[in-house]
This record gives sequence, structure tokens and C-alpha cells, in this order.
Amino acid sequence: MDLKMEDFNAPHSMGTTIIGVTYNGGVVLGADSRTSTGVYVANRASDKITQLTDNVYLCRSGSAADSQTVSDYVRYFLHQHTDFTYRIQLGQPATVKVAANLVRLLSYNNKNFLQTGMIVGGWDKYEGGKIYGVPLGGTIIEQPFAIGGSGSSYLYGFFDQAWKEGMTKEEAEQLVVKAVSLAIARDGASGGVVRTVTINSEGVSRKFYPGDTLPLWHEELEPQNSLLDMMNVASPEPMNM
Amino acid sequence: MGVEKLIASKMMLPGSNRRIHSVHRHSGMAVAGLAADGRQIVTRAKSEATNYESVYGEPIPVKELAQRVASYVHLCTLYWWLRPFGCGVILGGYDRDGPQLYMIEPSGISYRYFGAAIGKGRQAAKTEIEKLKLSEMTCRQGVIEVAKIIYGVHDEAKDKAFELEMSWVCDESNRQHQKVPDELLEEAKAAARAALEEMDAD
Repeated sequence: MDLKMEDFNAPHSMGTTIIGVTYNGGVVLGADSRTSTGVYVANRASDKITQLTDNVYLCRSGSAADSQTVSDYVRYFLHQHTDFTYRIQLGQPATVKVAANLVRLLSYNNKNFLQTGMIVGGWDKYEGGKIYGVPLGGTIIEQPFAIGGSGSSYLYGFFDQAWKEGMTKEEAEQLVVKAVSLAIARDGASGGVVRTVTINSEGVSRKFYPGDTLPLWHEELEPQNSLLDMMNVASPEPMNM
Repeated sequence: MGVEKLIASKMMLPGSNRRIHSVHRHSGMAVAGLAADGRQIVTRAKSEATNYESVYGEPIPVKELAQRVASYVHLCTLYWWLRPFGCGVILGGYDRDGPQLYMIEPSGISYRYFGAAIGKGRQAAKTEIEKLKLSEMTCRQGVIEVAKIIYGVHDEAKDKAFELEMSWVCDESNRQHQKVPDELLEEAKAAARAALEEMDAD
């Protein structure tokens, strides 16, 4: 397909896969890293999980500009709220619910101008780990796990089967990485690396899974030097549940 | 929270002249002073509380509400064309950090208290409150103690008859601000009258 000049000026869109999952003690947020302008990959290693406060992070999908602007505003409002209302007075960071509510107010009240679906996830001492989905129109829905972006279409069935209540941190992280890599395999608009952010009472930890560490799925091929070599290579492990 | 409502006229219906108002589900205010000024403060507090909830998605922390009311009261001390509010307010509420009590004075000062009193008999009332072991009391016992204090502080000679209005926010009221249930109120009044007679008997 020929690259046309329009592509370079097309809006940056994050055809994306974003995921947020609660586990016993916190949340794990995950995302791919492809930002595309039309069919051109503008950034193959973008970071779609942005920080709102020490304990609350946001997964962004849809229009890159819109989601960045929303996250900047919410970060600003939360800092005003936290530093003036909570930190100076009560000495505590804001709750995940408050952060999510601010995100959805911006999303809902500007629904005619914005095109961004987001997942707010974090940990606070009152409610523990929480995930709130804020999809396109500006609804807010608290869920045990949330998926979003173009790649999420391929994950609904997967999560129906693979998700369970009360996972450990390791199980949750593995689930998120597996899910994002499955979506990357099937969705052309998702790709690159898998980034995860784990938030719990102890703090925040960011992980990075480069493309070559991700499992290959059925019908995906290892890179080869010669077509003849393909004959001798064993086929990759079929997907097992 | 309790208020000694002096009955201005025998023609007044009992239960009129409300002095305690609910500001939000979880908090309420008792007003002492000019009633119209008090109404203004309560209206502002209600509006602050609903506005906070619609922006931040959670009920307004009592501390924040107290700050906002205090700020509003203080505002009226800043300009020559505004007169200060002619009333003080006791704000009681229950949020994530437990039950809290704040008092806001006409100057705009707001402090958190474990026990507070405004009005003519406040000195005597505060002395009585200090005698109580607040940390060991339940809210139910608190209602009875407050009634005793109000009855005790009421000046029979100078003032006319009065009506007692009480409200509470506690676990027993499901963390909602509401009028003290009638039987408890009657129990409290009876206990207060009994305590008065005991004192008089001495």
C-alpha cells in the first residue's frame, strides 16, 4: 500500500490495546506501544500508561492528542485537589474514585470534541486496588478488569475464560502480558512492546517486555534467514489455556 | 448536637423554628444567632457539599466543608459594604476518617472540637462538657448528656420556656445526619429533668 502525503498529516491515533486488572492487593495496568498516523507507525515504543498521581495511573487509547490533553488536565486538577485539599489539610493522596470521576467529567462534558477511551487504575488505602473504565461517551464504570482500544475486540472471549477473582500479583501480570501480546498478534493497529504498571500498597513498579520476549501464537512465525530453514524448525507451541 | 430553642410566643407550633439543618447526607449544622444569617450559611454549605460531590465523586470530607464555610463567613469580614454574619455554627459530620465536629464563628475562624458550645450559656456548658469522658461514651449516651447540659444551663429566672431540638450522626444512625428518634429524645429529656431535680434537691 502506497504511503500518501495525507498520512503524514493525519491525526496521531493510538489504535491500541489497553488493559487494567485488579488482583489481591492492587492493580496491574498494561498496554501496547504503537502510535499510528494512518498506516505509518509514528512511535513504536510509546508509553500509553501515564501517571495522574503517586498512586493513580491512566491508560490512554483513541486520539493521542485528546487523551494526552485530558490526562494533563486531570493531573493538574488532582494536584490542586490533593495538594490543597488533601495533602496540606489531611496529608493523603486522592482516591482512585476521585481521579476517575474527574476523567469522566472531562470526557462527558466534551463528548462532541473528544475521541478517547481511558482506563483509570490505582490503589488507595480506603478501597484498595480499583479499576474504572471511562470509554468514549464519558460513562464511568467500576470493574474488576477493563479492556479498551481497537485490540480489545479480540480479548473479550479470552478474558471471559482466563480472568478470575483474587489472583496473585504474578498471575495478574502474566495475564496482562499474555492478553496484550494476543491482541498485538491480531490487531494491526497494536504492536511494539508491552508495558505494564503494577500499583499496590507498597508503591508503583513499571515493567517492560520487548517484542522478542513475547510468546508467538498459532500461525505466527519466527524470523528466518531462508525459506528453506522453515522446513526444519518445529512449529511454535499451540496456545494452551 | 442540641439546641435550646427559647419559645418566643405560646402561639408558636412546637417543632417550628428549626435550628438544626442537614447539609448533606452525612453532615448537619446547628445554628446560633440571627436566624436569617444562619439560613444563608446553611444554604451555602449545602451548595458547597453538592458541588464537591459532583466534581470529585465522593461526599465532601467534613474538614473541607468546614474550610469552605469558614472561608465564606470570613469573606464577609473583608469588605466595608458587607456586614459579618451574626451567627455561629456547629458542624457535625461523619466521613471516611470518622465522626468530626467543627465550630465556625462570625470572624471566620474554624476549629475542630471534641466538644463545643455557642450562645449565652456557653461558658457553663463548656465546663460541663469538659467533665465528660468523651472517648468512653457512645453516641446514645452523648445524646442524654447533651440534653442534661442544656437543661442544666437554662436560666429559669431570666428565660422563658424552651424547646429542645437534637440531632445526631453516628454508626447507629447509619452515618446519616438525622433528628434524634423521638423515644430517645424523650428519654434524654426525662433524664435531664431528673438530673435537674437531683441538683435542686441538694
